[in-house]
Amino acid sequence: MANDSDGIDIDYVANLARIALTDQEKERFSGQLGDVLKYIEKLNTVDVSGVEPTAHAFPLENVWREDAAEPGFPVETALKNAPAVRRNMIAVPKVVE
Amino acid sequence: MSDPLYYRTASALSRELEAKKISSLELVRAVIERTRAVDGTVGAFISFDEDDALARARASDARREGGEALGPLDGIPVGIKDILAVEGQPLTCASRMLGDFVSPYDATAIGKLKAAGAIPWGRLNMDEFAMGSSTENSSVKTTANPWNTDCIPGGSSGGSAACVAAGEAPLTLGSDTGGSIRQPAALCGVVGMKPTYGLVSRYGLVAFASSLDQVGPFAHTVEDAAILLQAVAGYDRRDSTSYKTDIPDYRAALQENRGPWKLGIPSEYFGEGLDPEVEKAVRAAIDFYRKEGCEIVEVSLPHTEYAVGVYYIIATAEASSNLARYDGIRYTHRSSEATDAIDLYFRSRAEGFGEEVKRRVILGTYVLSSGYYDAYYLKAQKVRTLIRGDFLKAYNQVDALLTPTTPAPAFRKGEKTDDPLRMYLSDIYTIGANLAGIPGISIPCGFSGDGLPIGLQILGRPYQEADLFAIARRFEEAHDYHAKHPGL
Repeated sequence: MANDSDGIDIDYVANLARIALTDQEKERFSGQLGDVLKYIEKLNTVDVSGVEPTAHAFPLENVWREDAAEPGFPVETALKNAPAVRRNMIAVPKVVE
Repeated sequence: MSDPLYYRTASALSRELEAKKISSLELVRAVIERTRAVDGTVGAFISFDEDDALARARASDARREGGEALGPLDGIPVGIKDILAVEGQPLTCASRMLGDFVSPYDATAIGKLKAAGAIPWGRLNMDEFAMGSSTENSSVKTTANPWNTDCIPGGSSGGSAACVAAGEAPLTLGSDTGGSIRQPAALCGVVGMKPTYGLVSRYGLVAFASSLDQVGPFAHTVEDAAILLQAVAGYDRRDSTSYKTDIPDYRAALQENRGPWKLGIPSEYFGEGLDPEVEKAVRAAIDFYRKEGCEIVEVSLPHTEYAVGVYYIIATAEASSNLARYDGIRYTHRSSEATDAIDLYFRSRAEGFGEEVKRRVILGTYVLSSGYYDAYYLKAQKVRTLIRGDFLKAYNQVDALLTPTTPAPAFRKGEKTDDPLRMYLSDIYTIGANLAGIPGISIPCGFSGDGLPIGLQILGRPYQEADLFAIARRFEEAHDYHAKHPGL
């Protein structure tokens, strides 16, 4: 059961979410999300024993297709929205020392 | 036919195009002129491409001249929420994160529109990444409610609703994750429909909460909404949750399906928090159906009070996962301040996302995080099963449910921006349909004393959109709320 509505560890969660938050944002979000979590606590009163979870409203089975190659975008099209391109590749900061 | 060209229904325009009383070029010019005249006040559009629309209008006229018109939508402009990909056009989701993005391909719904000869018209404003109920979370601009420009148009598809209400396009497409079509339709006095989950392909619809998102139409009339849904519905192998089914002829069904129907009134939708003027208008609509010979039955959806809580767990969890793709690497805003690759993620996302998106990604990350998953996410999925069960049980008894679309008419700009929970509760009557996957339509059913539109929501059985259209049409043909336009 979820009871710790005042206990969102905002630094930990923001790190997981890979978002740099300002101190003001951290303070504001902690308060607002605390309110939301408190509201959500009412789910604790529902008896769900024996109830299956619903991931999609209608039961889905795996959808298969033939493993056949289809044409994709030309390189120029695929790179058109890239923020930095070098020699037909997306340029990124150095990731290995 | 006294309405100016830009305020005529798509079905009327379609007949006039067919009879060659008007050309698509004239129509598109009238819509462009109207948009230029009023959009400075309304703010429905983020951008529009006049040259593209005019070229497509000329092509449509040429087809018709050659006897090769493609159907009822050929030559008719359809406004597009800025969340659906149109090849060669910008796609921003009203976010700085996608500021310069240009779509390399068409969403399936857009491809189908083009194949029907319709003209995709402009990029309509929305809450950033469809997260919001007032379109105030757009990073680009706010949109005004055409009935009172101090009020919000609803959201997240606020631009799509305001565009139709203001006569800037006869039809628009939006998306609905928790009410984002029906709520703004109600607040702007137009028809808006969320189809059954899986009826319209989500390919090329930017993902917010994948198990809840659906594309759907906005229009002046039920028949127009049916025409637009007809064009975009259908199985698509590019969407693994697309549903394989024969799509009935919705317009034919409007003629054939005359009821009477057995209609349910869920008591939970008429409780505390419902504005008295909204209740009065919706009760009057219920009386209308009773007088028309429909059997009206009180039903109960006992888990309704948990829907908003379940929604804000499931939708934010799915969003936190879906929005992980906006990493500053491949096609998004990239921070110029980053010191290394990891820092690039943190800074690009901090700079690219607006406040509500950050708040929801944080909440979604939290409810999925180690130690909390069972308590929040799994629990919410189980309560979702109960909510869905409530609806399916009701449909054993009745053909459809009648409810208010929103607890109150449009609120004023800025009224709820500092209180996310209050904003979230404005979706209380629409969220259930997304969790259950069922179709819902909102139609105009009255006005408040201040002249703001009120919406009647009709919720139907899965894949029975034809019934919903027929039931909605019955009310519409006996009333003229849908034919009223704001004084802009």
